[in-house]
Parts: sequence; structure tokens; C-alpha cells
Amino acid sequence: MSSLALALADGAVVAKRNLIKIKRVPEVLIWTTMSPIMFVLLFSYVFGASIAVEGVNYREFLMAGIFAQTMIFGSTFTGAGLAEDMTKGIIDRFRSLPISKSAVLIGRTGSDIVYNLISVVVMSLTGLVVGWRIRTSIVDAIAGFLLLLLFSYAVSWIMAFVGLKVTSVEVVNNASFMFIMPLTFVSNAFVPSENLPGPLRTFAEWNPISSLALAVRELFGNTGGVPAADVWSLQNPLAYSLICIFGILAVFIPLAIRQYGKTAARG
Amino acid sequence: MLMSDMIRTSGLVKRYGPVTALNGLDLRVPQGKVLGLLGPNGAGKTTAVRILSTLLEPDEGEVMVAGLDVRANPQEVKKRIGLSGQSAAIDDQLTGFENLDMVGRMYHLGRKGSRARARRLLEEFSLTEAADRPSKTYSGGMRRRLDLAAALVAEPAVIFLDEPTTGLDPRSRSQMWETIQRLVSEGATVLLTTQYMEEADRLADEIVVIDKGEKIAQGTATELKYQIGGERIGVVLEDRDDLATAQTILMKFAVDDVQVDEQARQLTAGVAGGAEDLRQVLQLFSDSSIKLADVGLHRPTLDDVFLSLTGHSTEEEDEAASSGPKDGKKDGKQNKKEASR
Ligand SMILES: Nc1ncnc2c1ncn2[C@@H]1O[C@H](COP(=O)(O)OP(=O)(O)OP(=O)(O)O)[C@@H](O)[C@H]1O
Ligand SMILES: [Mg+2]
Repeated sequence: MSSLALALADGAVVAKRNLIKIKRVPEVLIWTTMSPIMFVLLFSYVFGASIAVEGVNYREFLMAGIFAQTMIFGSTFTGAGLAEDMTKGIIDRFRSLPISKSAVLIGRTGSDIVYNLISVVVMSLTGLVVGWRIRTSIVDAIAGFLLLLLFSYAVSWIMAFVGLKVTSVEVVNNASFMFIMPLTFVSNAFVPSENLPGPLRTFAEWNPISSLALAVRELFGNTGGVPAADVWSLQNPLAYSLICIFGILAVFIPLAIRQYGKTAARG
Repeated sequence: MLMSDMIRTSGLVKRYGPVTALNGLDLRVPQGKVLGLLGPNGAGKTTAVRILSTLLEPDEGEVMVAGLDVRANPQEVKKRIGLSGQSAAIDDQLTGFENLDMVGRMYHLGRKGSRARARRLLEEFSLTEAADRPSKTYSGGMRRRLDLAAALVAEPAVIFLDEPTTGLDPRSRSQMWETIQRLVSEGATVLLTTQYMEEADRLADEIVVIDKGEKIAQGTATELKYQIGGERIGVVLEDRDDLATAQTILMKFAVDDVQVDEQARQLTAGVAGGAEDLRQVLQLFSDSSIKLADVGLHRPTLDDVFLSLTGHSTEEEDEAASSGPKDGKKDGKQNKKEASR
């Protein structure tokens, strides 16, 4: 077997183990899928009453933004899970076995796709209940969901790196919250970026979360025909999102794998 | 390196900042033999095991396992070794079966092969009934057994066991010993660390005593016992007034000093002649009408060897280090009790 095939096979074994753990402690999954539900309801009924987005029902506008935010929050699970693994005895077992060096990381980021898939389904159902609809073809819809999952997969590798670096579940959770909140709020996830003041607007326009939210909005047909801002990133949101995704993967996969070696050798 | 040496290190050095955990350790274990690595807390036993089992990079020195250079070829070494570390390396939320099945897959035994192997090992280690329970519900002894089972999944040629019986009750301990003996009879080479002399005495073909990262003695159990002298006569007198006379008599037989404990009215002396010396001593005591409360001929145990080799250094360390050995902790408790009285 080639080393990539071997790494994927070993990763699948680790992923299976992670999924068994989700099954054993379903509380973790339940509580983390609750938060996007809460976001949908809060924004729809609390802010939705006073935020008006020209040309489109706010709840339809909102869903892509919450999808994007949830995908990023979901990736903190990767960091926290790895940080926990590194402090438990099982990591010594993994390290004494002839598995590929990247297996633990491939397995963790892989099992988190399943986890994110579950939260996407839960959110979509909640969205449908509050009046959100997909107004395009099934192919576009699938493309939208795939883009979300691909993005969360990329961010998982950033969080994997962070989790290995700090090796504390609490720090991973708190620190990522501090970054994710401003990152998602200074974007067009919840409000159109046109209304933001100068420098914040520029940041929002080039924030990958904006392009992701917009690309998904377009794929789901939730833009209400409103034209996007006149910057390249928002004129070509799908292309820009994909560039960001593959950029993140290209940088953070090797970084995380190297960090895994370093962290593991500390023990 | 001789082909028959399955484990060999030379000049092994490992430092943690200012602490030198290993300071030039040389080890050799021929194929099919058991080496017992003996030492007090903090001696460097776990550090040595972790280096040998590819978990830790040494700062200096050469490490060969199963004929392979561990530093140059860790991945190949991993295929040939089994490790049961000081704390169990199992996943609490997975069942016993799932743990072993996962390890089998990681040794690339395939789906069917891994399952079959997991079932066999669970059976062998009397864990079949608990096989489908999360391992966090296991007792300490069951966890140990599961961890050892995980180490044996790939039928490794070299097995590392870091304090395999610490925390086990006497029955589980002797079961563990039988298991290890069986593995050796099947051709495995074993390096085990322990703080129990009885364990090293029973299992190890050769014993290496280390302290502060350095080898302080080496040999078979018998050789080590011989190193601190032969048998000792111990007597406890009825009457304190006889101490001086008794001491004079014992001095005729003693190979070195006669130790006198006035408080306990006790004398001990190392002798060369064993039982015959004891008979003559008793004869002379009776001639001098010395009454005895107790008498005995003691062969040195490995505990004596261990204490005489490491005794002082461990005591010193106790005061400096926060994590003293078990005896140290006990002392600490006693002191507290006395202080509160
Ligand atoms: N990760 C680490 N960082 C710093 N010091 C360490 C580390 N691991 C071990 N040490 C130190 O190295 C020395 C040897 O430790 P080691 O765990 O090998 O001892 P040991 O013989 O296994 O002891 P025990 O019987 O308590 O298990 C000790 O002084 C210990 O404090
Ligand atoms: Mg130890």
C-alpha cells in the first residue's frame, strides 16, 4: 500500500474509534447541536424583528450565515478532542503502534465531518421550521452543503494545530470563542457588510466567512436577487471560498502533522 | 551486536532540563530471556522503557531492539514490540473488545484477523464476560490485563512491561507472573521494571538495579544476594546484661561487624558457615547460660540487596523530591499522626 493509502486506512480506524466515543457520550453531540438551533431561533425572532435586509426575507438571508458560523464552531470540536487525546494514556498506545504518523489527525478531522454533517441536518430542519427554503436546484443545494462541509474540514485542521499546541480542552474552547465570535460578526453572515464603517467593511469583504456565506446563499437561492458588493471576493464568492479552503489545507495539514510529532514526543 | 541480543542499549542518556533521568545506561537482553529493571521511584525505569519502545528520543546513546536501530527505524521496531506502560494505555469509553479490535487494525491484522485475535485474548485474560462493557467500568486488575492483552495483539517478539503488577492483589499478581512466564516459554524476550524484589527474583533471568539513571548492580538474583554477603544469624536475648558476652561469642563467627541493637536486645552477624555456625553459636550461648528470646538464620532477600544498594540515596531523595516512594509516604503519614497526638 502507498503511504497515503496506509495513512487513510489507519485514519479510518481512528475515526471509527472517535465515532464510537460520540455514540457512548451522546450528551456532547446533543449540546453542541443545540447551540445552532438556539442561534437560528434567537436571530429569527429577536433580531429578525428589527433587522431588515433589502429585497429578501431576513430569515432566508440569515440561514447561510448561521450555517457558516456553525461549521466553524464545529471545528473547535477537533481541537478539543485532540487536546484531550494528547493528555490521555491512549495516545501512548497509538504511538507505540506501527500506524502512519498522520493517522490520529486524519481520523480526528475525518470523524468531525460526520459530526458536522449531523449539525447541518439539525440546522436545516430548524431552518425549514422557521420558514427558510432552498429556491434552487437539488444540484446547487448539494453543492452548497458540500462547500460548507469542505470549509469546516479545512478549519478543523487549523483547530487541530491549535489543540495540539495548547493541549488543554478549556483553552481551546475559550480561545477559539474569542476568535470565532468577532470573525463571524465582522462579516456578512448576519448583516449585509455594506453598512459597516470603513476598515471593518474592507475586513468583512475579504473575510472568508463572508464569501462562504454569500456563496452558500447564492447556491440556496437566498439572496433575493440583491447584487453583491463590488469587490472580487464577493463577486466570485465560490472561487474565493475555494481558494481560502485549499490555502488553509495547504498550510495547516503539514503544520498540524509536525506539531503532532512535537507534542507527542514531549511525553 | 550478537544476533541473539534482542535488546541492547549503550551509553543511553536522557535529560529533562536540569534532571538527568538516564546517565549512560547499558543494557543487554538475549533472545528469550527476561531482564528485570529494578530501582526506586525516579530511578529512570519508565524513561528507559519509553525510549526502548520508541515513545521517547534519547539525547545520547545507541538503542537496538530486535536487531533494529530504534532511532533510525522506529516504524519497523513498532511492528515487533508490545508495550504495557506504567499507566494503562486503553480508551476508557471503548469496550474491552473494541480496544483490542482497534489495536489489531492498527497492526494491520485485517478486519477478520483483528476480531478473532481480540476474542482470543479476551478469553485468555478472563475478560470475555466484560468484553462488551466500556473499560472505564473495569477494576484496576482488569484494566491491567486489558492493557497487557493490547500489548500482545501482534504476538510481539519483544515485550516491555513497566511495573506490570503494581496495584494488583496477590492472586492477580501470580496470574500475571504465570502469563509472563508463558510468554517467555513461547520465545518472547521481556524487559520488565518492578519495585518488587519477589517479582524480579521469580521472573528475571538477570537483574539490573538502577538508581538516579545509573546502573548500580547487575547479576542473577543469586549473584546479587551473594554480593551483600551470605547468611546472617540473628538473636534476641532475654536479658540485656548478656549483650556483651553474646557479642564476643558472635564475633568469633562474624565475617564483618556484629550489629547490636541494645533497645531490642538484638544482635545480628553475617556468617560464612550457615547452619553449622548457628549450631556452634547456640552451644556457646548455652555454655555461658545466655537465655534467648528468639533466634534465626536469615538468607538475604533481594529486598536486602535493594535496600543496601539504594537505601541511602532514596532517603536523601525523599526529602528533596515531593514524590517519594511508597515507604516515604507511609513515614509521612506516621509523622503527621504523631504530630497531631
Ligand atoms: N516529562 C518529564 N519532564 C521532566 N522530568 C521528568 C519527565 N519524565 C520523567 N522525569 C524525571 O526523570 C526521572 C526519572 O523518571 P522515571 O519516570 O523514568 O522514573 P521511574 O524509575 O519510572 O520511577 P517510578 O518508580 O516512580 O515510576 C525522575 O526524576 C523524573 O522526575
Ligand atoms: Mg516509572
